[in-house]
Amino acid sequence: MNPWKKDFPILFQQVNEHPLVYLDSAATSQKPNRVIEQVAAYYQGYNSNVHRGVHTLGTKATDAYEGARDKVQRFIHAKKREEIIFTRGTTTSLNIVARSYALVNCKAGDEILLSPTEHHANLIPWQQVAKQTGAKLIYMPLESDSTILLEKVRPLITNKTKIVAIQHVSNVLGTINPVAELAKLVHEVGGIITVDGAQSVPHMKVDVQELDIDFLAFSGHKMMGPTGIGVLYGKEHLLNAMEPVEFGGEMIDHVDLENATWKELPWKFEGGTPIIAGAIGLGAAIDYLQEIGMDQVEAHDRKLTTYALSKLQEMDGIRIFGPLENRMGAVTFNLDNIHPHDVATVLDSQGIAVRAGHHCCQPLMRLLGETATARASFYLYNDEEDIDQLVKGLQKTKEYFGHVFLG
Amino acid sequence: MSSLDDLYRRVIMDHYQRPRNKGELDNGDISIELNNPTCGDRISLQMNVEHGMIKDAKFLGEGCSISLASASMMTESVKGLTIDQSLHLVDLFSRMMQGEEIDTEEFPIEDIEALTGVAKFPARIKCATLAWKALEKGVKQ
Repeated sequence: MNPWKKDFPILFQQVNEHPLVYLDSAATSQKPNRVIEQVAAYYQGYNSNVHRGVHTLGTKATDAYEGARDKVQRFIHAKKREEIIFTRGTTTSLNIVARSYALVNCKAGDEILLSPTEHHANLIPWQQVAKQTGAKLIYMPLESDSTILLEKVRPLITNKTKIVAIQHVSNVLGTINPVAELAKLVHEVGGIITVDGAQSVPHMKVDVQELDIDFLAFSGHKMMGPTGIGVLYGKEHLLNAMEPVEFGGEMIDHVDLENATWKELPWKFEGGTPIIAGAIGLGAAIDYLQEIGMDQVEAHDRKLTTYALSKLQEMDGIRIFGPLENRMGAVTFNLDNIHPHDVATVLDSQGIAVRAGHHCCQPLMRLLGETATARASFYLYNDEEDIDQLVKGLQKTKEYFGHVFLG
Repeated sequence: MSSLDDLYRRVIMDHYQRPRNKGELDNGDISIELNNPTCGDRISLQMNVEHGMIKDAKFLGEGCSISLASASMMTESVKGLTIDQSLHLVDLFSRMMQGEEIDTEEFPIEDIEALTGVAKFPARIKCATLAWKALEKGVKQ
């Protein structure tokens, strides 16, 4: 058996009288015991607010919360802990960049460069910026396998380009975008790059200094941590120049009746009681991932993806989207003549959990010429056996609908 | 796969493969488009209403078997009904989807009974109700 599966208690259950086969980690990942236990330990042993009480529990909670920040800093290799802001998730992080950086720094005639494969979270905030500032959204061209070719993007990056906003890894296609190269290009013209790392940070080593990216957003729940916690990484000089988005307790320095000043980084962006248990859980998830090693996590992901692509390609009547190599653990497909909701329902009746729909990527669905697709996505706790079950499940789905259609 | 068979009854697959009233009316009095934003299903519904009575209804849609079959059955059901009667069916259908015991004979076509199985699949209820929501929105315009 997969050596890590035993750490994930949820996987050992029957769903619709079949052993659960969880293939929806790109939507949210499962949590190892360690994460669940450490969140429980906080609530059972030292639940308290942070940064304010002088009492013992408060100090313990503050140490754990700020300790989680240090873990995140090391995990993505940020220069300073001040560059790590805890947020509610990728969406919130990207919205902070859009509102606090882009709205201030973009004006009419400026350009924001995006890929048409973006998740709505890295699309709609920029649409709003464009509407409010008069900046223009420019879309990178896609190749026939839905990848982007750097040579074709290069001419689009000009001195009008203020922001490149791009996902590191596509949540639909698993493609890996060349963010380091894009960062270099946009820096040459004086712009910045903001990266949606929701699907990359959980699955591969992401080093913000090596990539030289300006902002990185990601979510805890997709990397074995709890829901409701995420991260915004930003270069210190950029974050320092930005105004907070939320005002209130925790984020202030001095307050009088008319005016207030802000705390220094990172706290000026963390108004209100922070997501203490979430951060502690995320810290535990990072410990777990780092003990295994991100190189091994990535290798496992790629191995399963290659296996899944080869097995699915052997099937008749299936369309697989995106390139057939060099991609991370999300495989999106459709069966001929069977709507993906119907596929997902028949798979669920066999205990197999996949996602069906537009995956928060409506423009990409239109480019693919589909209204919806089915997606199987993998993580550390999956193995070849799960993919064999998926293939069997899809065969049964075809047989089932063949039977109802023709019977 | 017995509970699956409750969901995918033959009559549902028949409506899915041979949808009734699929198309557009040349000059519909009421025209409505509705999406299910969580999954991408879409319906465009057109109706002709004379003296408070639905004379004709046609739809175009993109979606799964359940949503298209339900749209097909809905358009079959409402032709010849008054606005109030059609709204009563909307309510009845919604209660049926919540798993309530209702008298399916109140529907003008008996095929509707085949959709009762959807109530056991909470994730699919929205598929079945999309067309009825479009009807409700349309007649209330």
